Amino acid sequence: MAIFLKKKNKVIIQGITGRDGSFHTKQMIDYGTRIVGGVTPGKGGEKVHGVPVFESVEEAVKETKADTSVIFVPPKFAVDAIYEAVDGGIKLVVCITEGLPTLDMLKVYHYVKLNGVRLIGPNCPGIISPGLSKVGIMPARIHKRGKVGVVSRSGTLTYEVVNALTEKGIGQSTVVGIGGDPIIGTNFMDCLVAFNEDASTEAIVMIGEIGGTDEEEAAKYIKKKVRKPVVAFIAGRTAPPGKRMGHAGAIISGGKGTAEEKVEALNAVGIPVADLPAQVADIMAEKLSKIKKRQKSKTTREVKKKNARK
Amino acid sequence: MKIHEYQAKEIFRKFGMPVPEGEVATTDNEVGRIADRIGKPVMVKAQVHVGGRGKAGGVKYAESAHRAWEISKEILGMDIKGCIVKKVLVTEAVEIASEAYIGMIIDRAAKKPVMMASPAGGVDIEEVAATTPERIMKLYVDPLLGLQNYQALKLARFIYDDIKIARKASQVIMQLYRAFMYVDASLAEVNPLITTPDGEVLAIDAKINIDDNGLFRHPDIEAMRDLDEEDPSETEAKNAGLSFVKLEGNIGCIVNGAGLAMATMDTVKHFGAEPANFLDIGGSSNPEKVINAMRIILKDSNVKAILFNIFGGITRCDDVANGIVAAVKELNPPVPIVVRLTGTNEEEGRKILEEINLVATSSMEDVVKKAIELAA
Repeated sequence: MAIFLKKKNKVIIQGITGRDGSFHTKQMIDYGTRIVGGVTPGKGGEKVHGVPVFESVEEAVKETKADTSVIFVPPKFAVDAIYEAVDGGIKLVVCITEGLPTLDMLKVYHYVKLNGVRLIGPNCPGIISPGLSKVGIMPARIHKRGKVGVVSRSGTLTYEVVNALTEKGIGQSTVVGIGGDPIIGTNFMDCLVAFNEDASTEAIVMIGEIGGTDEEEAAKYIKKKVRKPVVAFIAGRTAPPGKRMGHAGAIISGGKGTAEEKVEALNAVGIPVADLPAQVADIMAEKLSKIKKRQKSKTTREVKKKNARK
Repeated sequence: MKIHEYQAKEIFRKFGMPVPEGEVATTDNEVGRIADRIGKPVMVKAQVHVGGRGKAGGVKYAESAHRAWEISKEILGMDIKGCIVKKVLVTEAVEIASEAYIGMIIDRAAKKPVMMASPAGGVDIEEVAATTPERIMKLYVDPLLGLQNYQALKLARFIYDDIKIARKASQVIMQLYRAFMYVDASLAEVNPLITTPDGEVLAIDAKINIDDNGLFRHPDIEAMRDLDEEDPSETEAKNAGLSFVKLEGNIGCIVNGAGLAMATMDTVKHFGAEPANFLDIGGSSNPEKVINAMRIILKDSNVKAILFNIFGGITRCDDVANGIVAAVKELNPPVPIVVRLTGTNEEEGRKILEEINLVATSSMEDVVKKAIELAA
């Protein structure tokens, strides 16, 4: 049944009257996401694509019973928007906005945890549970309902990998873009735990990049707890140290956070790391066919046992 | 963003930290005048955004103003790891009884700022961490509460046995913390923090890196940006709203999205060539961005082919194609261009490119191989 985002989630858009907010509201409605309202202070009472606009998150939640929010407001106001969502009673906050100050994010991170809220992002494409709901900016048509969970720090690179999976006929349970910043609300570990517990997810794709040690932490967890097949890709093997590669979090600092270290850590616990994005789909196809064979031979064994008993 | 030592010291002074008197200069005569005004022996310190200035001969002691003037002639214009010295800090030379280290960074894994202190000052702290980690004390700061006085004192006592000195140092640690938080730093350190023979605590070196995402609320710090220290192409890209890093190879890369841009570079390397750059045109598909991107890449004479790798989402392939056509017409690039378009409005994009006889592929691997072939 997918992780974090289900069909029943009721979604509001913070910054619905802006250019991006309005455009993606339409896209999400077309996908079938239950968009119940939007928030732009000073524009309460208006409608965007037929969706009612409210003055505040508090008001929107009171009127619509929304439990999910997606944030499109500019970076200067995005931190405030997250606090407003948490205080307004939202349980899943997806922050698309890029450029939030790191020190603010440290406070936000701990505040959302204290309040039992899940934050995805910032600086992320959002989350999609194909066939159920989409809260974000990813192109819907490359996705396909299925059983592979995808977690990624990137946007377009995720599309590249998801597209390759779909072209091979491999569908996805949920695709989470966790964001490219150094401090994000939901990290690899959170998604791995959720995918591991989710009965509808059979295998996991993890797309990492240089910077930080989240991939290494994830590798340790996988070794301990995850029995589902995992395939990885790590971007930035050619990135020079000390330079921020687009994403605020993609930086090798003090010799730490290189692609090599991450690939090594993953390989050490038996996780294959693809050399090229599209290869993720090839490796995954192989892994899935092995599972199928195993399941088949298990059923054949059981049938034989039954027959023998007879 | 990196700033110079003299700028970091200005910030530290504002927060009350004890910093020796000093002033920045760009000419030898200015150096002489400042040293004369200080009226004591001085240090002349090269101001460049690289470490290891001392070892490279960029930091020198001068017992007189005349000597400072002489030394500055050597240091100004010196090449330190590829950076030409254009500014020096002239600062009072103080007598040193002991050297220690204090610094603060953000621990990404713990999601907290961490304050560090070590009695091993004046040396590379990363080396101390690698060889004698027990000589560094680290204390995490609760982001919702901030650094507490007892924590600062605990760190200070790790360095100093003398309670009087430790109390002074704990004040400096609190000041360092406040400065860090106020300017949206990603790193702030004093190495070395020294004591003088009469028991004063002084910050005689200073380093602050600023979180780029925090700069919008600090125009005074944005104004500290030293364009001489940054690659001119990277500055031009930044002004054009592009994210660009120059590299050493010959395949120019123009990509939408940072992760995909890195993966494109990696794919170039995978097939045996070297990327000339990292370039992310971002989510919007304004044709002007494509023209600027191509202009910046063409400045690099190493570039033998340019590849576009576009996965349309919010970025529309037809917008990028229009940009490519405009860029080719305006810049008349002397190197071959190959294009990969897939996603939103891909067909429209292909049609637009036909106008300039470009055939777009839809596979990332194919476009990389083709670029390498044409560059050879």
